[in-house]
Amino acid sequence: MTEGSVKFAAPLKIPGWVNYALIPFINLLAALLISGIVILIIGDSPIVALKVLIYGAFGYPEAVGYTLYYTTNFIFTGLAVAIAFHCGLFNIGAEGQAALGGIGVSLVCLYFDNLPLWLVIPFAMTAAAIFGAAWAYIPAYLQAKRGSHIVITTIMFNFIAASILTYLLVEVLIDPNGQSPESRHFIESTWLPYFHDFIAMPSTPLNISFVYALVLSAGFYFLVWHTRWGYEIRVVGQNETAARYAGISPSKNIILAMVISGALAGFVGINELQGVQHRLILDFTGGYGFVGIAVALMGRNHPIGIFLAALLFGALYQGGSELAFEMKSINKEMVIVIQGLIILFSGALEHMFRPKIEAAYRRFATTQTAEAG
Amino acid sequence: MSEQSPALELRRINKSFGPVHANKDISLSVDRGSIHGIIGENGAGKSTLMSIVYGFYQADSGDIFVNGQSCHIENPQSSIKAGIGMVHQHFMLVDTFTVLENIILGVEGGYRLSEGLAAARNELIRLEKEYALEVNVDAIVGDLPVGLRQRVEILKALYRGAEILILDEPTGVLTPQEADHLFRILDTLRKQGKTVILITHKLREIMAITDNVSVMRRGEMVAHVKTRETNQAALAERMVGRSVLLQVEKKPANPKDTLVSIRNLNYLDADDVPRLKDINLDLKAGEILGIAGVSGNGQSELLEVLGGMLTPTSGSIRFEGRELVGSKAFTARNLRKIGLGHVPEDRHRSGLILSFSANECTILGYHDKPEYNRGLRLDRKSMVETCQSYIQKYDVRPPDPYLKASGFSGGNQQKLVLAREMEQNPDVLLVGQPTRGVDIGAIEFIHKQLIMMRDAGKAILVVSVEIDEVMSIADRIAVMFDGGIVGEIAASEATETRLGLMMAGVRETRPGAKEAV
Repeated sequence: MTEGSVKFAAPLKIPGWVNYALIPFINLLAALLISGIVILIIGDSPIVALKVLIYGAFGYPEAVGYTLYYTTNFIFTGLAVAIAFHCGLFNIGAEGQAALGGIGVSLVCLYFDNLPLWLVIPFAMTAAAIFGAAWAYIPAYLQAKRGSHIVITTIMFNFIAASILTYLLVEVLIDPNGQSPESRHFIESTWLPYFHDFIAMPSTPLNISFVYALVLSAGFYFLVWHTRWGYEIRVVGQNETAARYAGISPSKNIILAMVISGALAGFVGINELQGVQHRLILDFTGGYGFVGIAVALMGRNHPIGIFLAALLFGALYQGGSELAFEMKSINKEMVIVIQGLIILFSGALEHMFRPKIEAAYRRFATTQTAEAG
Repeated sequence: MSEQSPALELRRINKSFGPVHANKDISLSVDRGSIHGIIGENGAGKSTLMSIVYGFYQADSGDIFVNGQSCHIENPQSSIKAGIGMVHQHFMLVDTFTVLENIILGVEGGYRLSEGLAAARNELIRLEKEYALEVNVDAIVGDLPVGLRQRVEILKALYRGAEILILDEPTGVLTPQEADHLFRILDTLRKQGKTVILITHKLREIMAITDNVSVMRRGEMVAHVKTRETNQAALAERMVGRSVLLQVEKKPANPKDTLVSIRNLNYLDADDVPRLKDINLDLKAGEILGIAGVSGNGQSELLEVLGGMLTPTSGSIRFEGRELVGSKAFTARNLRKIGLGHVPEDRHRSGLILSFSANECTILGYHDKPEYNRGLRLDRKSMVETCQSYIQKYDVRPPDPYLKASGFSGGNQQKLVLAREMEQNPDVLLVGQPTRGVDIGAIEFIHKQLIMMRDAGKAILVVSVEIDEVMSIADRIAVMFDGGIVGEIAASEATETRLGLMMAGVRETRPGAKEAV
């Protein structure tokens, strides 16, 4: 009886390491392979390029600092996209939510700069969260109560956010003594402490918001898998009918997940503005919100995966600029091509290799058990 | 092609999906001009076997002979060429096309549609006459009742020259009368020399219509017998591997207080189509009320309204004397708190979250109860322990609280849902399709559990499209048709004919009722 039932158990489970490590790794490898071919076509050595890229990202302390600074932004936006994913929502609007978050941070740093740092930090963080969350709330409300598709609304809200930022910088917040559309510098007492203020390392933009991003990652894990709110969000994301059956309100959770998502995206403003630029500038969001989608996809919406994916994209940003600097045939656009290929393979073409790898694993595992048995 | 060779012969067919050996050395011989039943529990491998014959899957090893000739079936096209036709459980029809258009789909013949249509029309009318399969060829398929749609599927197969017709669970969506009509059609086909293979898990149908029957269990063919030389109990025993009780053993009901009274309940859906019309029902403690009816006649909406998933348009639902409609308590979450359990009709769509582990499914709907929470945190340990205790009590296999819900078989999934809802000890339990897709062995268990709850003084509402199930388990039966209750009778007075007529919407005119008017 038991023997028979074992044979008729569920189809073989694909273990976590295949899902979370092997498949993303193969996707990455494929992207690098195609990038290598492109580099070969334009007449350079892919091997050299890869060496420069890796050295540029991790080769010396300064590089590491820069890489981790970029990583911080990707963690914020990656987590933002992931929490929405858990609720079955595709938040394309992290970019706009980050812009609004940045406005919130700047308002605090510009107008409440007489407060001591220990008060400015939580105050600015709260402002970033509230502004980002409010920006996400509107599309969330429209989706939950009116059925307007969140992908469309969040895309449109990115444009509106960019316009608001431009308007504010041109008309309202512009530094009266300056020519370009940017605010005055925040006074130094509101700046976030840098890493190089504490530990012996060369001066880099890496600041304490990196630590904050890691804390949030842990909080994300706890919220999603260890609280009843996270449970509700996941139920709604997996199966809305089951949610209604269980008395879990889909609309409430859609709004909740999006508000959290917007708040997380808003924290980009902390790292970028309060941490590094020390003023409100145009386009400080730099596409982090969009790359966050790829980070979340590649990281399987799990904080550890998101950290690794964010590190990869951080390394690509930093190593890529080094690459554009070092190799004359490779310019900034070429680096964007490589990033694009990675996004393509890990995001859009994610399921290209999966069935084959899973089938190969099944064959492998079956022969293993057969031999063992 | 010799006359003695069987219409279809399978020799030592093997098929594995990963470690799952779905078909083990299956041999089968189907006589020409006979109706051959294949019976077995869910997951016994019937569907896999027929999918191999029809070319959806390729066997790992083994041979197929059609009319004594070895036949290599690669895909459904080669199977059709060999003269095999299949009528699927879920119809493969385009609802917005006419019958004629549906039937020539894929075999239009030529570039100009009108020529093909004209030729097909004559051929179809001939087929309809020959096999007594009347359908208006110009009717839109979406407008046809299910029984007729099934006929279209049969015609489709015949039009493609099928000599061997495979029907997969054909009576699941039919009223008993419609099923009888189908059997008459199959009988005509048999007389005309066609061969029919009938896949089913309903023993009654096997006994009613087949000449021979093959029983499958756990991927193996365990018996080939002539139908007239066997009986239901013997077949059931072969299917399950042990003797089973086909009829639920129960004491007469002892109904007490009315726990739920439903009055003039109406529900209009989003398109303003009335789905529930003036429903009046009482659920009494210590009694099982069965709702019979062909699926899609408002049973699902009734369950969803009572379960707090839908808000009724008008009417009243009183629960232990308290009015629910319009009150704060009338949400799925609060109904559970005041003692209402709900086993939904469709465990995949609502009862479980297939990507969640069993222990996570254990708290669905009860996730904010204090025993599953410790402050902010979900108490994972208590979830797993609760799940483990359910698994033990309800004999869920495999006994793994960490396995994803999708990894359990249908019967075990249903047990997980039943355990969750029953173990909360509700006063009123709503159960939709308690045994849909569940093995015979598990059906027996589930019925026993429901009777036990009844005897413990709970009010139970069972909605099922299986008329046998309603008749055997319920104490009182209400029949739904087109959103309304056609009538209510005591289970002891119910016969299949009576219920069947009511399911078709025929109101009983009882002398007593007349006098009352």
